[in-house]
Amino acid sequence: MQAFARLLDSLSFQPARNAKLRLIEAYLRETPDPDRGWALAALTGGLDFAAAKPALLRSFGQEKIGEELFGLSYDYVGDLAETLALIWETKADAGPPPTLSEVVETLQRATKTQTPAILKRWLDELDSTGRWALLKLLTGALRIGVSARLAKQAVANIGDQPVAEVEEVWHGLSTPYRPLFDWLTAGGPKPASNMGGAFLSPMLANPIDRAEIDTLDPAHFRAEWKWDGIRVQIASSGGTKRLYSRAGEDVSGAFPDIVEAIDFEGVFDGELLVRREEAIAPFNDLQQRLNRKTVTAKMLKEHPAHVRLYDVLWLDGEDLRALTFDERRARLEAWMGEHPRARFDVSPLVRFTDWAHLATLREEMRQDGIEGLMLKRSDSPYLAGRPKGPWFKWKRDPMLADCVMMYAQRGHGKRSSFYSDYTFGAWRDAAEGKRELAPVGKAYFGFTDEELRWLDKWVRDHTTNRFGPVREVEQQLVLEVAFDGVARSTRHKSGVSLRFPRINRIRTDKPAAEADTVDNLLRLVP
Amino acid sequence: MTDTLNPRSWLYPTPRGLYCEPGDFYVDPAVAVGRAVITHGHGDHARPGHRSALATPETLAIMRARFQDMPDTAQQPLKYGEEVKIGDVSVSLVPAGHILGSAQAVLEHKGQRIVVSGDYKRRPDATCPPFEPVPCDVFITEATFALPVFHHPSDVGEAAKLLRSVATFPERTHLVGVYALGKCQRVITLLRAAGYDKRIWLHGALASLCKLYEDNGIALGDTALVSDAILETFRGAIVLCPPSAMADRWSRRFADPIPAMASGWMGVRARARQRGAELPLIISDHADWSELTQTLKDVGAPKVWVTHGREEALVAYARSIGIDAEALHLGGREEEDES
Repeated sequence: MQAFARLLDSLSFQPARNAKLRLIEAYLRETPDPDRGWALAALTGGLDFAAAKPALLRSFGQEKIGEELFGLSYDYVGDLAETLALIWETKADAGPPPTLSEVVETLQRATKTQTPAILKRWLDELDSTGRWALLKLLTGALRIGVSARLAKQAVANIGDQPVAEVEEVWHGLSTPYRPLFDWLTAGGPKPASNMGGAFLSPMLANPIDRAEIDTLDPAHFRAEWKWDGIRVQIASSGGTKRLYSRAGEDVSGAFPDIVEAIDFEGVFDGELLVRREEAIAPFNDLQQRLNRKTVTAKMLKEHPAHVRLYDVLWLDGEDLRALTFDERRARLEAWMGEHPRARFDVSPLVRFTDWAHLATLREEMRQDGIEGLMLKRSDSPYLAGRPKGPWFKWKRDPMLADCVMMYAQRGHGKRSSFYSDYTFGAWRDAAEGKRELAPVGKAYFGFTDEELRWLDKWVRDHTTNRFGPVREVEQQLVLEVAFDGVARSTRHKSGVSLRFPRINRIRTDKPAAEADTVDNLLRLVP
Repeated sequence: MTDTLNPRSWLYPTPRGLYCEPGDFYVDPAVAVGRAVITHGHGDHARPGHRSALATPETLAIMRARFQDMPDTAQQPLKYGEEVKIGDVSVSLVPAGHILGSAQAVLEHKGQRIVVSGDYKRRPDATCPPFEPVPCDVFITEATFALPVFHHPSDVGEAAKLLRSVATFPERTHLVGVYALGKCQRVITLLRAAGYDKRIWLHGALASLCKLYEDNGIALGDTALVSDAILETFRGAIVLCPPSAMADRWSRRFADPIPAMASGWMGVRARARQRGAELPLIISDHADWSELTQTLKDVGAPKVWVTHGREEALVAYARSIGIDAEALHLGGREEEDES
């Protein structure tokens, strides 16, 4: 438990992805089974036991140091689990601290009434970092910025395997993943992928622009619309039906309407959308359905989910990934033609004669829910990852707005001495006929290194206020912001949210008063 | 010892600092005064411009290094354990275990003894002699980390944490934010004790105090200034600098640095994040909650005055064990700036 606690502790302070990977890899190499397997389960969200209630932790704390001191402590720290971990002292005569396996296996068996006494014993035995990690595990919120995908990448790295290989076998494994570690570190056999709804790494596309497209032969490529939803994979076999995000996270729970409609066996690649009648709803509507453990009947009715299929990887027990795009496409269309399938359809191909024709089609397409075009080589097999050459995404030109920088924050890692994260605003009417800036978004890329140095200096020279790591700046600098869409938002003070904003240009030539207004942005809402 | 004399009648806070009336001097005054008794060299305790200053020889040396030799201040060195009479008060200095030269001021007047402990800690530190508890009638304690959430871990363990990170990321620079006086030299001695004998790089602001420590017999091993480096990539190096330099443009010369920070505040995650620490090292020169509460028991004073920090919790605790405790508000202390 102490080694795992040290890992969580380091991860929680380390913002850089590569450094996180290194930390997880080092832990997985040095830690024996089954502890490392349970750690992997914790990082990938695969642990399952009843969470401890905040009231229990609070009562522990008050019992330990009294209500007044506990109140002062909690006020200061601001996090219940951390407060309890800090005020509790390791007992000098306590036994050795529990291993991670002991913690997990005990909690899985313990009844609700047994848990408090067990917990107190562990708190006595662990050090402060160990107590923090234990309480974070128990309250079910690690919040250390590690995705399941990143943890799987780390496991793959220790065995020098591509992450796709790990993902392929992942869903056939159970905790604490001993066969996985045997395979990766001890020369054991590769676990069976068993295809029981296993996730297969998707094929991704590289961005391309008009100039580069002209170097390609249009006869070799097929085009299809790039729908503005969430790339998903449907995997169904032997009665197991699953819906995965692009990163391999199982999102079936949030989309029972899709899972229910799966009456076939196979693995498909597609785009998850909200569709009402024939119309694709804006991305914002789909967002309402994400990150929910349970879905209400009302939500299902008002935000019906739909998958628009791009490709087929397996069908009726046959692996089709080595076939060409055209061959897979023919199989997909024939399969769809067998009978109508509720909640699924095939994304149509866009017919074109040459690149100029396709460019015109792309310009004319103003329909909501389309991000641009996909170009796929007709002879491309389905390959995991982002191979260079076979697939391209040709996004619609972004929308632009002139906004005013309001706040800046330092970045992480290499950028930790640079003010590189900018919050920018647009004008709106305020009281007494005056105007004020309302924040509409935050961007931390899009500029060159040279521009970053310039922006950093500008921020340092124009700071008016500091709030911890955040600097408020004079409302003078106009930033031309590029973004892929606008939606109304109740979560933002300004009432709008921008999709994928980035800094396009620094407009030192433009006075701040002439920047865009919130109303201008709202006019762009489809 | 007498019960009839009210201690507040001869030692009390004023806007200029804690004033001892029968001796006509101030302890750690916030502004320049006629006569001052200084507990230690940190900026919120030792200030320039006094007509005369009494302190340990080490503290006076630190003050000279910081305040251009203090030619206009009459300096009165007093070694640990020696006693002098100032007016109707006898004054002695006793180790406080905080930094080099740090002392508790022990004041006696008409048979009543008040100990002004200044800043202190109770755990071993290679750079200064340990705190000695002195039985007294009134004990004046600091309260920088006076909340039950502060239990500083072993400093040996924290040094090991830094070295473990250096081993995990051998191509990156570990940039450790340290206070120039005390923390810097303590971190170096901890690394040396852990067997780290490579060169430790220093920001220019740390140089003169490191030299002063070495002149006082505290070996720091191989150190060099970052500004003197030639053809140095700093990969795998440990570099110490003042916290303010970490986010400064100065730090851009290093190879993908890992910002570390050595401070008692690092024990609370939100604080560590606010300071931008990716490797928080909980190393403090102040007493934590257990040390503070243990010290109240060790000195056995019936009255305790609590100053600078989180007075409320310590006052509540002291009262709960039958001590007559109250907060003593002194101006001029920078609340969050741990030394």
